[in-house]
Amino acid sequence: MSKKLVTVTILLIVLACVLPLVLTNYRTFQATLVLVYAIALLGLNILTGYNGQISLGHGAFYAIGAYAAAMLMDQAGMPYWATIPIAGAVCLVIGFLFGLPALRLEGLYLALATFALAVSMPPILKAHFLEKWTGGVQGIVIVKPDPPAWLAAAGVKLSADQWLYYFVLAIAIVLFIAGWNLISGRVGRALVAIRDHHTAAEAMGINSAIYKSLAFGVSAMYTGIAGALGAIAVQFVAPDSFTVFLSITFLVGIVVGGLASLSGALHGALFIQFVPNIADELSKAAPWAVFGVFLIGFVYLMPTGVAGALRALTRRRSSGKLLHPKEALP
Amino acid sequence: MEAVLLQVLAGLATGGIYASLALALVMIYQATHLVNFAQGEMAMFATYIAWSLVNAGVGYWPAFLLTVLIAFVLGVLIERVVIRPVENAPVLAVVVVFIGLLVILNSVAGWIFTYTIKSFPSPFPPALGIRYMSPHQVGALLVTLIVLALLYLFFRFTPLGLAMRAAAQNPVSSRLVGIRVGWMLALGWGLAAAVGAVAGMMVAPIVYLDPNMMSGILLYAFAAALLGGIDSPGGAVVGGLVVGVLENLLGAFVIGNELKLVVALVLIVGVLLVRPSGFFGSVQVSRV
Amino acid sequence: MKGRLFTIAALLTVALAFPALAQKKYDPGASDKEIKVGNTNPYSGPASAYGAIGKSIAAYFRMVNDRGGINGRKLNFISYDDGYSPPKTVEMARKLVEQDQVGTPSNTAIHKYMNAKKVPQLFVATGATKWNDAKSFPWTMGWQPNYQTEARIYARHILQTKPNAKIAVLYQNDDYGKDYLKGFEDGLGPQAQKMIVAKASYEVSEPTVDSQILQLKSSGADVFFNITTPKFAAQAIRAAYDSGWKPTHYLNNVSNSVGSVLKPAGIEKAVGIITSAYVKDPTDKRWANDPGMKAWRDFMAKYNPDGDTSDPFNVYGYTVAATLEQVLKQCGDTLTRENVMKQAASLKRFRIDTLLPGITISTGPSDYAPIEAMQLERFNGHEFELFGEVISNEQ
Repeated sequence: MSKKLVTVTILLIVLACVLPLVLTNYRTFQATLVLVYAIALLGLNILTGYNGQISLGHGAFYAIGAYAAAMLMDQAGMPYWATIPIAGAVCLVIGFLFGLPALRLEGLYLALATFALAVSMPPILKAHFLEKWTGGVQGIVIVKPDPPAWLAAAGVKLSADQWLYYFVLAIAIVLFIAGWNLISGRVGRALVAIRDHHTAAEAMGINSAIYKSLAFGVSAMYTGIAGALGAIAVQFVAPDSFTVFLSITFLVGIVVGGLASLSGALHGALFIQFVPNIADELSKAAPWAVFGVFLIGFVYLMPTGVAGALRALTRRRSSGKLLHPKEALP
Repeated sequence: MEAVLLQVLAGLATGGIYASLALALVMIYQATHLVNFAQGEMAMFATYIAWSLVNAGVGYWPAFLLTVLIAFVLGVLIERVVIRPVENAPVLAVVVVFIGLLVILNSVAGWIFTYTIKSFPSPFPPALGIRYMSPHQVGALLVTLIVLALLYLFFRFTPLGLAMRAAAQNPVSSRLVGIRVGWMLALGWGLAAAVGAVAGMMVAPIVYLDPNMMSGILLYAFAAALLGGIDSPGGAVVGGLVVGVLENLLGAFVIGNELKLVVALVLIVGVLLVRPSGFFGSVQVSRV
Repeated sequence: MKGRLFTIAALLTVALAFPALAQKKYDPGASDKEIKVGNTNPYSGPASAYGAIGKSIAAYFRMVNDRGGINGRKLNFISYDDGYSPPKTVEMARKLVEQDQVGTPSNTAIHKYMNAKKVPQLFVATGATKWNDAKSFPWTMGWQPNYQTEARIYARHILQTKPNAKIAVLYQNDDYGKDYLKGFEDGLGPQAQKMIVAKASYEVSEPTVDSQILQLKSSGADVFFNITTPKFAAQAIRAAYDSGWKPTHYLNNVSNSVGSVLKPAGIEKAVGIITSAYVKDPTDKRWANDPGMKAWRDFMAKYNPDGDTSDPFNVYGYTVAATLEQVLKQCGDTLTRENVMKQAASLKRFRIDTLLPGITISTGPSDYAPIEAMQLERFNGHEFELFGEVISNEQ
């Protein structure tokens, strides 16, 4: 099974590398956005899927990452690639700090606290005392990075879109591998244990306060990095790009993609990127209605998300065959 | 001093708006232990039904009653048709269905009724007005209090109300004592929709009717319900009024309009950190 | 939820598509048979009200096609939902330009992109001043009088009629509100700091602006400049009246519809409001028998039957589309992006019947503001009465 997974992953990466060579620049741009959303959803999934802490406010971390990148590029003249780790670090710290008081909150109350964070983000970004740096209501326009000179010198000719795609892809692969390590290791088991049985986990000696805050921090870091990459891809940040609805879209993404699943982040990203476009093609009169129907339909057909449904499908197929004695064991 | 009084009274009026929707949230929570994010859009849609009835020449009060009734039936239907299939799905999947419902209702309302604002009639006589508060603002507050009283009596003293609470709190045991849990859920949806419809009809004359009428209010109502205690109707009303007044005072005298919502939310979350079950909510004890 | 109403809002633009044929000159988007016009518009989300603009433009082009098109070519109108979100707008704009090979819409997010790609963005549906900057963005043109121009007209009127006014301003906290505010302060000149005694902002997600009105009232101001979108404008008019505040009330053009703002607010509460206009209000009785508006109503009945005939956005979309039709007519058989831009910049006193009497559309190579004239009007309890002259900034 694990061997199969590795093969599939490698195939996927190869496919992802070939993609921009056959797609138009516009499609490449869309694919870049998918990768960006996938990183953001992975971050949210670490917190909500694996650790069971609901967040209706991850749009805020996405915004912080986006603004960190935009402000560093615009004000400090920093190269785009250098802004990514800084955006991630800023979000890691802010997420961790936010996670500390949030320890006392659970379920609905945590949902409200994070919801409040999302709602507060646009007014804070617009606030007049920050206007000097954030550009106020106008936001900041940034320049799309060109492929680096050494690449051209080496004889590789890429468009700006293609280059950005590969840049994001590389970061996404690193972050997904890091995420996989985190999840399948000690930390991941601790997170899941806390989610499934908080008290029992504590009794076993897991310091749930540290782990929960850490989950918040790491989760925010992932989403913040995605925000920074998203800002560079879209070349524009403004307070009203980061409303509550963005946070809700992320939540929709992880649920539709599959909670507590790495591949779920990718499925969810495809959904939030393309389904609104399909809805728009189907109806100009009420595109949101079509989108809503899709949403409910997905949940009906796949209550555990696309990843859950795929898992069930492969399991059913393998159980149709004769079971290996090893696999029959739970 | 007069300026403060004016802001407080205006805050009570807006707080009443939050309270009325918060009541609907408490209602659905009592029945299902979930917060329905589509509650506001359902209320908005019901208000459009009332508006259509009034425009078709039906008198205000008949239209009012008819709307409450229609909303109740629609609420039951939505539970039976839309929510029932995901009964056993993870909580977050249900939340996503709520979000789906929200966008569908919002979009369909815009499609049918367009996005231009509509004025909605107020049933209250001018005599109800006091200095600084319009007749409708006073009337709406009164109606909210009446709904509160009815809910209190319903949950406290009627067998049905008790059965509903039991069904939400402990479905398995309730089933054992013969409560039809499935129908209790549907009933809870119906009642919440009916309470929401009243809220919509009270809110619309103040903020004007449009498809986005409730989307801004939902956040305030959510905060108000949690601040007051999500399982306490009285708490929801107090929470709503506190949020309304707090926001006005912060905006007018303390921090300015730009950041008043941010500061109000920080304060609310701060209170919840100290008192996790809100002002009047019952403390949750979970057995391990 | 989302703020930035009018600015990012419905952004129309034009462009052309498709491989060039020989003699007649085409750029992508145009051919012997058709001209592609692209647009992004919010059809979903909190700003869906602007969807009416896109729908009425589409309806107008259906009418043009029924009449045989423009110089024998049919118009192919492609419109996408941008959900009023900058990332989506960027994506949809690129789709129009790169995939559908069209010209496009615009907003801040794609302003630079469109100019880099040299795609005409015509008649951006907003009054934000940045759309009229011919020098830095030669491929982008606004349409309506910009917000700052309008605000300056009010400021001038206040200085003339009430030089000692104490002014209170209510504005939406986004670039639309701030643009008006800037124009207004510039118009008052050095007096601004002294004359404006109170400013209050609101977010679109707020249920009411009652609190703000009370703040402004308690400042003791005797002039009120109301920079709000329709729903909040109606609330502000009502709240000011109910609180007993009786300032001279200036209302921005965005919300001066009799039917969808003043009526809901209460007609008697709106008496004396001063505003300015350039298109005819579909709900104003003055134009009940006006031939231009009759033609518009026939158009609505036949091509846009689902549209709301009290919604000024439907007049707006119609008028924008008519302007575009004229530009494309002027292009003749030279349908290059360059020529479209050139013709758009050479409209000479072009007149559309849905514009107020005396208001025409003129542009030039350095004049990227098609409509720059407005007239002040005052509400008398039944209808708006125009007063003073058509005020024009036309060079």
